Amino acid sequence: MESRQLTALIVDDDVLIQMIHQKMLNSVGVKNQVVENGKEAIDIHRSGQSFDLILMDKDMPVMDGIEATKILRSMGIRSMIAAVSSRSVEEHMEEFMEAGVDIYLEKPLSITKLNSIIHKINKH
Amino acid sequence: MKIVKGQLNFIVLLHVSEIWIHKHMYVAGKTGRSVQILFPLSSLKLTTWQRQLRDHQASMIREGFLDDQFIQLQKLQDESTPDFVIEVITMFFDDSENLLNNMKRALEQSPVDFRQLDAHVHQYKGSSASVGAARVKNVCASFRNFCDTQNLEGCVRCLQQLQHEYSLLKNNLQHLFRLQQQIQAAGGSIPTIE
Repeated sequence: MESRQLTALIVDDDVLIQMIHQKMLNSVGVKNQVVENGKEAIDIHRSGQSFDLILMDKDMPVMDGIEATKILRSMGIRSMIAAVSSRSVEEHMEEFMEAGVDIYLEKPLSITKLNSIIHKINKH
Repeated sequence: MKIVKGQLNFIVLLHVSEIWIHKHMYVAGKTGRSVQILFPLSSLKLTTWQRQLRDHQASMIREGFLDDQFIQLQKLQDESTPDFVIEVITMFFDDSENLLNNMKRALEQSPVDFRQLDAHVHQYKGSSASVGAARVKNVCASFRNFCDTQNLEGCVRCLQQLQHEYSLLKNNLQHLFRLQQQIQAAGGSIPTIE
């Protein structure tokens, strides 16, 4: 019943977070790539790549996570987008949800949270 | 007299002395039943270091320097990435020095740009949270409140506190890593804390 390997895109400008989230994804068997901002996330999708999961930070240079989420959704991208933010203020959560994220998580991610997201993805 | 080469266990040794055999130092001792036991001095040291490491890490957690996130990072480390935690923490040290410097410069401006200052503190809060640096993270939270209310005095105090906490954390972590490296060099395994 083994499905194909899941893929994820980490969208974050913080190198520390990139390292940690990459390691976490590797440890649960999810193939992953990193981009540094929202625009690079759009570009990578425009080049034809797609991912099962997108971990989207909010505050990034060039293009932030909310903007990138809106554009990805308007491009027809239906991947699970998890907003991963260090901002826990409600106002940003609402903005993010309205932009089209599926789930809002606070940094740092934990293996438990990651596993529950992967479980959700596998169910579809 | 029986000579037995053994592992270091919890035995009471009498008449302990050092013996050199084939360039390796052994500790010799007699048990209550006059059995002479030899074990490498390195394993004595190793056990001591392992105990010191466990104790040191436990106290860092107890005193709030580190929280569960640090343990999560240790759990992520494996044979294919044996230096993962040290690499992450080294990066955190670089980040810290950079951000603390930025905060200091921001507070030297006239007038102070509290939004810019807040952006640096916010970033530091994020990176400290991601490595489990709990005390640093908590000071960042207070710092952000002072930025919000544009309380210059409060901000200056928080920066001092932050520099102090960072310095303590760095010293403690460097001690932790030194112990780990000693243990690894002696061929031992790093004990983990749950």
